Amino acid sequence: PKQDSLMDDDPEDLFAGATEEVSLDSPERDVLLSDGPSPAITPITPPTSVIAPRIGHAHDDMFTHSSFDEIEEEEGGDSFDVHISVSDPEKVGDGMNAYMAYKVSTKTSLSVFKQRDFSVKRRFSDFLGLHSKLASKYLHIGYIVPPAPEKSIVGMTKVKVGKEDQSSNEFVEKRRSALERYLMRTVKHPILLKDPDVLQFLENSELPRAVNTQALSSAGILRMVNKAADAVNKMTIKMNESDAWFEEKQQHFENLDVQLRKLHASVESLVCHRKELSVNTAQFAKSAAMLGNSEDHTALSRALSQLAEVEEKIDQLHQDQANADFYLFSELLGDYVRLITAGGSGDLELYFYFIFFRIRGVFDHRIKTWQKWQDSQVLLLKKREAEAKLQFTNKPDKLQQAKDEIKELEGKVQQGERDFEQISKIIRKEVGRFEKERVKDFKTIIVKYLESLVQTQQQLIKYWEAFLPEAKAIS
Amino acid sequence: MLKGFRSHDLCVLLQPRAMNVDLEMDATLQVDISDALSERDKVKFTVHTKSTLPNFKQNEFSVVRQHEEFIWLHDSFIENEDYAGYIIPPAPPRPDFDASREKLQKLGEGEGSMTKEEFTKMKQELEAEYLAIFKKTVAMHEVFLCRVAAHPVLRKDLNFHVFLEYNQDLSVRGKNKKEKLEDFFKNVVKSADGVLVAGVKDVDDFFEHEKTFLLEYHNRVKDASAKCDRMIRSHKNAADDMNRIASSLYTLGTQDSMDLCKFFLKVSELFDKTRKVEARVAADEDLKLADLLKYYLRESQAAKDLLYRRSRALVDYENANKGLDKARAKNRDVLQAETSQQLCCHKFEKISESAKQELIDFKTRRVAAFRKNLVELAELELKHAKGNLQLLQSCVGVLNSNT
Repeated sequence: PKQDSLMDDDPEDLFAGATEEVSLDSPERDVLLSDGPSPAITPITPPTSVIAPRIGHAHDDMFTHSSFDEIEEEEGGDSFDVHISVSDPEKVGDGMNAYMAYKVSTKTSLSVFKQRDFSVKRRFSDFLGLHSKLASKYLHIGYIVPPAPEKSIVGMTKVKVGKEDQSSNEFVEKRRSALERYLMRTVKHPILLKDPDVLQFLENSELPRAVNTQALSSAGILRMVNKAADAVNKMTIKMNESDAWFEEKQQHFENLDVQLRKLHASVESLVCHRKELSVNTAQFAKSAAMLGNSEDHTALSRALSQLAEVEEKIDQLHQDQANADFYLFSELLGDYVRLITAGGSGDLELYFYFIFFRIRGVFDHRIKTWQKWQDSQVLLLKKREAEAKLQFTNKPDKLQQAKDEIKELEGKVQQGERDFEQISKIIRKEVGRFEKERVKDFKTIIVKYLESLVQTQQQLIKYWEAFLPEAKAIS
Repeated sequence: MLKGFRSHDLCVLLQPRAMNVDLEMDATLQVDISDALSERDKVKFTVHTKSTLPNFKQNEFSVVRQHEEFIWLHDSFIENEDYAGYIIPPAPPRPDFDASREKLQKLGEGEGSMTKEEFTKMKQELEAEYLAIFKKTVAMHEVFLCRVAAHPVLRKDLNFHVFLEYNQDLSVRGKNKKEKLEDFFKNVVKSADGVLVAGVKDVDDFFEHEKTFLLEYHNRVKDASAKCDRMIRSHKNAADDMNRIASSLYTLGTQDSMDLCKFFLKVSELFDKTRKVEARVAADEDLKLADLLKYYLRESQAAKDLLYRRSRALVDYENANKGLDKARAKNRDVLQAETSQQLCCHKFEKISESAKQELIDFKTRRVAAFRKNLVELAELELKHAKGNLQLLQSCVGVLNSNT
């Protein structure tokens, strides 16, 4: 029987049945409420894959203070110089086993890469596999992992079945564009850029086929989060500075979500109407041409034909503009709506849920261990009092054991506190980085979009300027 | 209430053959609609006349007329046999505010779902639209009167003078059901007739050419007019979207992080301005292109009607000829047949002569109207595109310098 979850699985989710159950004993859960320090995560990457050591240190060290600061410094020094493009979609195979292969090309001068200019072939499930690995490795530590583009059973089936029509071409183009944006967002993250799985994805000519691409789906994360939430809610938690900060951020993103959705809907409507305008202008152009043909005054007839030509060019202009509306403006908003949206497949909201409870978990774990320590101290005292009477009828081993246990506990508590601070620090940084990137994204893309509008107007001017003398020539 | 509104744009659709001459005693006749009032379900037009014609009691006077009275006047021309040889100026379309009213109502219902600013903005938009439709209907009615006043024969029509001068209600209540049905059958007969008659090849090359030309032209203008309307509607829809985008950006601008606030506000302002330009483009296209096509749709129909009337007269003439031959053969009622034949002949020739001139005038008017409107359309499109370009470029400049 499936474990109950607040969120229904995505109806289009092919792997709904095959989703790895996130049971109470799953490693993810342990990670949330573990006793020990932040565990080194065993990468999901199978051991047989070749991972050349990139950085001097192993995974674990990445999560300690020192290497984190190191990476910070590297960030400042190395100007961001990676450019990834996804292109040349190619259908491989036939029928229901067919898939689209995309060329992923990287151009870079960063030393972390083996070459400066290289490309590989990847399929959609490879992207999902990459995301799955990154999410399982980094989400619970406090890093915001960019979400992968959505699956689409309908869209893919059309492509598989071989319908070479406009809608399936548009689907492939939309997906290609989304995959490109996904990879660029991923490498913009200073930590993810250096992750061996990311590097392998970009560089290796062969990738082991990703099977369980739903291992850490959004639904999976939410289920996990809710289990943790239930456990933690049982204790009364004192409000502290971290909680307030979280609540404020959560509210901010909720508001943003509402506004972005509204804006996204309006832009989608604009795309739709512009496409309509393009079609209607083309039809009018044809009609005007016909009218020009039947007009028996020569000069007027000619002018009407010219008008028809102008309108035809303008229809193409509208078409191009609609594409810009979509690929620049609409998709940008769509990406962020998906990232932030509450209750949907958005990751940011879940991220906050996740981290919030993770922090709470660590905080309460701290209380728990402290309590445990207090209790054992009391026990120790009692024991000492009891034993004082029987001086030297002692059990030195037991005493030593108690002392050792206490020392271990103290260590754990201190580690817990360090983890707690560490994760808080990472999260604040991540949210700051995310916001900064969002600001940059919005600004860059919107300006680009406006520049496309500029071009459209310039073209319009050209066309009408050419037409005007024709109209004046009617006598 | 609209004071002193002039229909500059549509006036050129009429091009009087001769300017103000042609009447006996060099008299003048100027007609316009000086005022109009839109009430719940009707529009009241103030028809203002300035004339030196002797038959009017004064030199300058005004009356109030409603749409039905214009239709009455138009129909009286159609039904007058004496005017069979003229292109009767097409009747103005009925004032139709239904769509606009519906939109205003929908807006009222949806008031809760949008912000105050959005609501006010949309309300202003719709009110402007209502006003535009109102102006158009006034212009259409005025053009009709001007066409009549410019026509050398129609301007002398008695009904026309009554229409202009009689300051009481003409009591031309709209046709009742029976009359409407009669009209319907008349039209059916006419078009069946028309089809029949149109099949007969004309001896006169001029008319044969005109017939072929008008039949095709009319259909194509109809098609172009419909497609033009659709194109403009899409344009308006896109402009509406930009309005909503501007509002959303504005809200984001007041809510979002410091870095993006100013940015969003600036872009919101841009969309607001650029949307206004787009709306003006759609409005100008409507005025210069759509209205032009609609008007010539109606005029070409009126010209076709003239040809049908001529063809019918021709058929009557040919029948009268046959009747005369028969009478002569039987040597019975010959005089009657002769008179009848002469009447038909005279009628047919009279129609043909005036029809020829009318059709030539029609072409002249048409070419001039298209020329003026196409030139103005191109100039306006250029003006708006340049305006838009400047807005966009300055905004991009500001945004780029701020980052």
